[in-house]
Amino acid sequence: MDAQNPGDLEAALVGVESAVRLVFFTQTFGCETCLPARQIVDQLASFSDRISVEEFNLVLDKPEVKTYGVQRAPAIAVVGEEDTGIRFYGAPEGHELVSLVEAIALVASRDSGLSDESRARIAGVDQPIDIQVFATPT
Amino acid sequence: MALESPHITASVVAAVEYPDLVQQYRVTGVPKTVVNDHVEILGVEPEASFIDQVVGALA
Repeated sequence: MDAQNPGDLEAALVGVESAVRLVFFTQTFGCETCLPARQIVDQLASFSDRISVEEFNLVLDKPEVKTYGVQRAPAIAVVGEEDTGIRFYGAPEGHELVSLVEAIALVASRDSGLSDESRARIAGVDQPIDIQVFATPT
Repeated sequence: MALESPHITASVVAAVEYPDLVQQYRVTGVPKTVVNDHVEILGVEPEASFIDQVVGALA
């Protein structure tokens, strides 16, 4: 998937089968990438009626900030029937954008796509695990 | 993994935008994965190995 090609992004999302909410957190001051991030999120949501966007303010909307556990803006929570715990911090570009599109498609499919062994391994997890992946656009 | 378990959360962090986090976690190359603030995985690993290391962070 080529992040620079909107056609590729649209092709990946146009047929998503279940609803995905992109819960977007912004802040009014000191966030140069918040507007570009919101524009990207809006563009992705335009590819399917099943993708919607909700926006909250990191400073003003304290209950939602707490619910979604975001600490910085811009932040995108990818939410299906339930909160998946998947977050993107920063305005996604390049590989990061591809990852976001893939995450949306994954959440919509409701199938992690992992092997049976992997699923079994994960099923045994009963304490919090927080995974942070540092990425760059290229 | 986050999709499979309510206990697991996963964030992608745009390194360019958060130099303080890059410094805190000593990110010198990407992708770099940090699990529960103490297990580090550099680069891309095969699924089974990755999951082992992530779950291993609880040990």
